[in-house]
Amino acid sequence: MAPFAGYDMPISYPTGAVEEHLICRRSVGLFDIDHMGQVEISGKGSNEFVSSLVSSRVSDMISGEARYALLLDESGFVLDDLFVYRLQNSWWIVVNASNREADLGWMRSRAPQGLVIDDRSDETYMIAVQGPQAIELMDSVSGGEVSKIERFTSKRIEVAGVELLFGRTGYTGEDGGELFFPARKAVELWELLLAKGTELGIETAPIGLAARDSLRFEAGMPLHGHEIGPTINPIEAGFKWACDFTKDFVGRSALQAIVEAGPKRKLVGLDVTGGVPREDCAVLASADGAVVGVCAAGMYCPTVKKYAANAFVPPELAKVGTALAVSIRDKPRPALVVKRPLYLPAYRR
Amino acid sequence: MKIDPNCRYRSSHEYARKDGAEIVVGISDHAQESLGDIVFVELAEVGKTVAQGDAIGVVESVKAASDIYAPVSGTVVAANGELAGDPALLNKDPYGRGWLVRIAPSKAAEWEGLLDPAAYEKEAAKE
Repeated sequence: MAPFAGYDMPISYPTGAVEEHLICRRSVGLFDIDHMGQVEISGKGSNEFVSSLVSSRVSDMISGEARYALLLDESGFVLDDLFVYRLQNSWWIVVNASNREADLGWMRSRAPQGLVIDDRSDETYMIAVQGPQAIELMDSVSGGEVSKIERFTSKRIEVAGVELLFGRTGYTGEDGGELFFPARKAVELWELLLAKGTELGIETAPIGLAARDSLRFEAGMPLHGHEIGPTINPIEAGFKWACDFTKDFVGRSALQAIVEAGPKRKLVGLDVTGGVPREDCAVLASADGAVVGVCAAGMYCPTVKKYAANAFVPPELAKVGTALAVSIRDKPRPALVVKRPLYLPAYRR
Repeated sequence: MKIDPNCRYRSSHEYARKDGAEIVVGISDHAQESLGDIVFVELAEVGKTVAQGDAIGVVESVKAASDIYAPVSGTVVAANGELAGDPALLNKDPYGRGWLVRIAPSKAAEWEGLLDPAAYEKEAAKE
């Protein structure tokens, strides 16, 4: 167990980080992600408010849809990344645990009169069910309702008498979803899912933070504080697709200038030989060993069986196939720019 | 915690086991369990002369890298080539197939000075 964003969380369960990662990719992983924050926005002007605050296009979202979005500051730096759910009468926004207070402060400081911003984090429990057999497992406890829910949409369903919001989204690259329900039902639902897996012969295991990290990393998803963050803009991190320049949003003009001038650095994937690259390892030019960049994250990837890093390098060195090096324990180790993601998410195949 | 009765140990959790004229070096079961899943191992080159306590390698687990220290002085005569393709051997069989290096010892008395199995077990249990 280790402290994470103010919570005591398992880095891994007795199964171990590598096996937990593999279980999620071959059957079902359960993630206790209650540390995440949930903010509900409603009331007068809420649609315009949300649209003006996040980078992605949201005004065309119909009830039930869920979409990835970035929260930017005026300079175009990423304050947080979010999942935005359009509900019947409100906006349900999932935020990173470590940024919850700051995000709420940011939103409240810009909220117009009549807007309602509720922090639903403490009363809401959140778990993720992810893997190729996740939908089968969820169908078995929801009377077949979950398989009818399309990717990137959500629906209120009932599981063992508990009403919950199921969003067919996730942070692993596997099929499955994220469940939001009253906190007092957490243990009951968690144990029910594990027991159901056993009953049906579906391998189901709890997954810790280390495997959560390697799963999202392989699938090309960012972690705030690493690939995106308060000193990083979406253009250099490869998230121009999450920015809707046809609408007004905080940070838009700053980003437009960056798009026009071209970003000063680019996020690339590196396949490294001879050690485990990690955050803050220097990236070197292979020729003369000069420092050209830095790793934002790095680890062993159990599914693709590589030692890989996400790193910021000058745009001219960002082409796939470029030979570079990563400094690990003061020694340059060969690194090759590779295509991202390392593992193509199930819903993109 | 599995303790190999034929080994002697360092407080830093390396073991040393006599095998003929050589010393087999690895990390204890307690160490592999504390480290978690091991994903990469870097070892000193064959032929390297080391003093007791010198770094002879690095074991990388999912979240951190740990230095490995020579339990005895001597020359590295072999490094476990299997670990490049299967670093998990350290977790699965730390005293057997997960051995790290073999050292030709230069100071025979050093082995006696290491922690005996009972003493190591007592120390490790405190952690």
